[in-house]
Order: sequence, then C-alpha cells, then structure tokens
Amino acid sequence: MPADSGSIAKVDLDHRGRSWYVDKAVGGLVFVGGVSAIVFVMGIFVFISREGFGFVFGTLDIGEFLTSIEWRPTSENNPRYGALALIAGTAAVTGLAMLVAVPFSLGAAIFIAEFATGRTREGLKVLVELLAAIPSVVWGFIGLSIMSPLIIDTFDQPVGVGVLNSGVILGLMAAPIMTTIAEDALKAVPDSYREAAEAMGATRWQVVWQVVLPAGRNGLVAALLLGVGRGFGETMAVLMASGHAINIPTSPFDSVRALTATIAAELGDAPRGSEHYQALFTLGIFLFVITFLINLAADFAVRRGAPRG
Amino acid sequence: MFQATALNERNRRVEFLFRVLFGLMTVLLVAPVLIILALLIREGGPAVSFDFLFTPPSDQGRQGGILFPLVGTIWLVVVALLASVPIGVAAAIYLSEYAPDNLLTRLINLAIINLAGVPSIVHALFGVGAFVVFFRFGISILAASLTLAIMTLPVVIVSTREALQAVPMAFREACWNMGATRWETIRRVVLPNAISGILTGVILEVSRSAGETAPIMFTGAVTFLPFLPAGVLEPTMAMSLHLFTISNSVPNMPDEIKFGTALVLISMVLLMNAASIAFRMYLRGKKKW
Repeated sequence: MPADSGSIAKVDLDHRGRSWYVDKAVGGLVFVGGVSAIVFVMGIFVFISREGFGFVFGTLDIGEFLTSIEWRPTSENNPRYGALALIAGTAAVTGLAMLVAVPFSLGAAIFIAEFATGRTREGLKVLVELLAAIPSVVWGFIGLSIMSPLIIDTFDQPVGVGVLNSGVILGLMAAPIMTTIAEDALKAVPDSYREAAEAMGATRWQVVWQVVLPAGRNGLVAALLLGVGRGFGETMAVLMASGHAINIPTSPFDSVRALTATIAAELGDAPRGSEHYQALFTLGIFLFVITFLINLAADFAVRRGAPRG
Repeated sequence: MFQATALNERNRRVEFLFRVLFGLMTVLLVAPVLIILALLIREGGPAVSFDFLFTPPSDQGRQGGILFPLVGTIWLVVVALLASVPIGVAAAIYLSEYAPDNLLTRLINLAIINLAGVPSIVHALFGVGAFVVFFRFGISILAASLTLAIMTLPVVIVSTREALQAVPMAFREACWNMGATRWETIRRVVLPNAISGILTGVILEVSRSAGETAPIMFTGAVTFLPFLPAGVLEPTMAMSLHLFTISNSVPNMPDEIKFGTALVLISMVLLMNAASIAFRMYLRGKKKW
C-alpha cells in the first residue's frame, strides 16, 4: 500500500475494495436464503392461522372438537365440528401402517447396513430410494384399482377400501423412508464398536443385537417418529384408499376418514371465509402442530443419540 | 486343528437364521412394489402411445389422451424450480460456507426438517391462505408453483449442502491463502466442484414436484380445462390431479386410460429419480479426491 514517504509506512489494512463489498453483499444474500426456511415455516403457521383463528376462538367448542364424532360442517341449521372420528380414522390407518412398516423396514435396514455387501447393498439402497419416490396419488390409485379388488376377493368383503387397504398402502409408502433413516442410524454407529465386539469373538448377529442396535437406538426412534409423521400427514393415498366415511372403526374392513383427507375432499366446496372453510383450516392448524411436535421429538432423538466414536 | 464346538455351531446357525430372516424381510419390502409396477405396465402399457401422449383429454378424460395435464405439469415444475433453486442454493451456501454453529443455525435446520415434515395438505392450505387469497394470485400456476417450491425446498437445500460439503476444505484454504474473499472462493472453487452434485438435487426436486397432488389441487390445478394455460396467472390441468380425478371421481372410466395415466406419471417420476441416482454414482466414481 502507498505510504507517505519519510514517515513510518502506514499499511492500509482496511482495504475495502469492490470485492470486499461484493463479498459482504453475497454474505447477506445467502443469509437471507438460509433464514428463509424459518420464515417459511412461520409463514405457514401465520397464514393457516389467519384463516382459521377466527373460528378457533369464536364458534369452535374445543371440547366438542376433541370428543364428538359428529362432523357435519355443511348442515344448514345445525353444523357440527367434532373431529374425534377423523382423529380415530387417522390413528387407525397410521397404526396399521406402522404395524406393517416397522418390522419390515427395521429388518431391511439391518440387512442392508450389516449383512449385505458390495453390489447387493448398493442395488438394494437404490431400489429403496426409488420406492420412496413413488407419488402418493399413484399409491392411492394402486389402493383403488389393485388392492381393493384383492381385498374383496380374498376376504369376501362387500367393499375393498377401508382401514386395511389404506393402512397397508401407507405402510408400503412409509417403509422405504423408514428403512433409509434407520439404515443411516445404524451406519452412524462407529465401526470401532463393531471391531471391538468382533475382537471379543462375537458373531455378526451378536454384534448387531448387543452392540449396534443399542448404540443406534435413538436414530431408530427418530426413524419411527418420522414414519409416524409421514403416515399422519399423508393425504392423497389415504383419501383414495380409506373409503372416506365418518366412522369409528371396529374392524379392519371398516371405512374411515382421515383428518388430511377431510381437508382435501371438502376445501373445494367450502365457500371462502365460511365457517366450514375456517373449520378446515382449524384441522390444518391441528395437523401442523402435531407434525411439528413429532419432528421436534425426532430431531431431539437424533441429537441426543448421535453415537461418538 | 480348529475343532468347531457346539457353541460355534449354534452361533453359526443363529447367524444364518437371522441373515435369511432379514434378507427375506428386505425382499418382502421390495417385492409387492415390483409386482405392482409389473401390473401397471401390463395393464397400462397398451394404452400408452404417441397419440395418448399428444392428444388432449375429452369427455372428462374418458377419451383422448393426456396432453393438457402433461403440459400443465411441466409448467408447474418449471415455475417451481425457478423459485426454489435460487433460494435453496443460497440457503445451502449459507449453511455450508457461512453459518456458525449457533442457535440460529440449529433453528434453520429444524425449520428445514419441518418444511419437509409438514403434511402436504397443510402446504396446500398455506398456498390458499398466502398465495391465492393474500397475494391475490388467484387459482393459478404461479400460486401452485410457489406452494410446490416451498414444499420441495428442503430437497434442494439438503442435496446442495451435501454437494458443497463434499468439496475438501483444503481447496478453500488454498484459495483463501491467495487472498481471495469468501465469495470469490465459493464462486471460483466451491461451486464449480459441486455443480454436478447440485444438479442431482435439482433433478430429484423435479421428480418430487411432478408427483405431488395435494399442494396444487386448490392453488392452481383444476380437474378439467379445454385449453392450455397461456400464462402463469392461469389455472392448468396436471398429471397427478388428473390421475386422481379419473380414478376417483369420473364414473365409467375405461381401465386402460387410468392405468395408462398412472404408468406415465410413475415413469416420469421414477426415470428422473433413477437419472439423478445414476448421475450421483457416476460422479462418485469420477471423483479424484
């Protein structure tokens, strides 16, 4: 840097040239990009609340919402907003889906992470990733056109859509995602753990059962939670395969209606700003809060449990 | 000589048993889907032809092809990409190159997980509340694409961040030592080395957005339109919603058309996904560091 001749050289350390300003500008820009994720999540809450809160704090009877099975939003003189049957429907379908998905995805994750090697392993991982990509509307279509006739024939039922159909479809949908997350959790267990156990003479199964599974436990819990969240929030497949009748299910063949499916089916017919419209946004707020809590719990499980090696 | 004891034998049997059990579970996880795919191809394959792809649907979809929904889906995906790729890449650059390990970064990561975890129908409600009503875009491609963009943002962010973090730290340090600023380093060194990884993420996002139904069904996609959209402020048909409509709400729908539509949709999504995976593997094989 030029300095006055004769005096002590004053080095200009603060050379804020063009590149310095460009650097700062870009830094600000990408910061905005990063923070936008937070803004969007808050935006989701704000905008669905904007449409729904008037109803939540006005007409809605929270007790009725949680305990009544009467969902009659279009009734002219006596509309009812009881979500219990919808909650039960969602719970039944998600529960059955987890019964299907948990054992299989855990088994597959263990096989891929601990037993399979080389090409088998890579091939299975790709296949699982592709399965996770099948769109939900295609799953719904499979439920309607392939599963439903199958259930009618096999179990001699009058209708093929219901808890069983949508539960199995949802289980098949959730399993690849849960497999991927569970496999990641198992892979995150340091190899030194396995080597130590093998050096003691443990067989591979003993390593898996007594070392890897306990060490990866929290990641597996996260996989389960995210699977539940996925099942809970799935819309199109459940709408198409559940039968969509308001009902507390008593048998696996019963037709039920899920929270998500109710919004999808009714929002198109609810006049903007009407009580019905606001009630559907209220269901949305409910769904948002529940899935937010599930994700929070899953994040917590991952954070707590990340094994160190 | 080593003589296997009874305990060794038992361990070996137990191990074999579990290997077979877990292998079987993996097969059972994959098998139904492969069977379903085969069924879709068998039932829908004959319907898919050049004419099917390039004829607009008529008589509520009972006749004709799927041209309008196909073009509509391309509209929706392209506009969604234009919105989400810049934001997603910026967010990933921030998280990978700038973000300190503090509360804000944790919150951003949590927000990304939540954006991915919020049910698609809640994204739809948000799209209605924000874009259709508040910003007055109406039922339009713009509103639907922005909803899709926000929903699929985590896909771009996560894959871009991974691509950026795969660039070795030594590359950056070498560049900084030459006196380059942070941004100069990112532009000249980090991004060129990560660009193909970012591209795999973008392909993945295309595949995700093409298949989504719930977020577009009240924001921009309509069940039937006799013409193509002329701009982003008009509604459009879409493949996913079209499949839903013809399989759920139109009576006397020929099976062939339903299966054909499902086959085209699933092929689009899976082919793009497979392309993204293949590209990723090719890059991994090519990597020199």
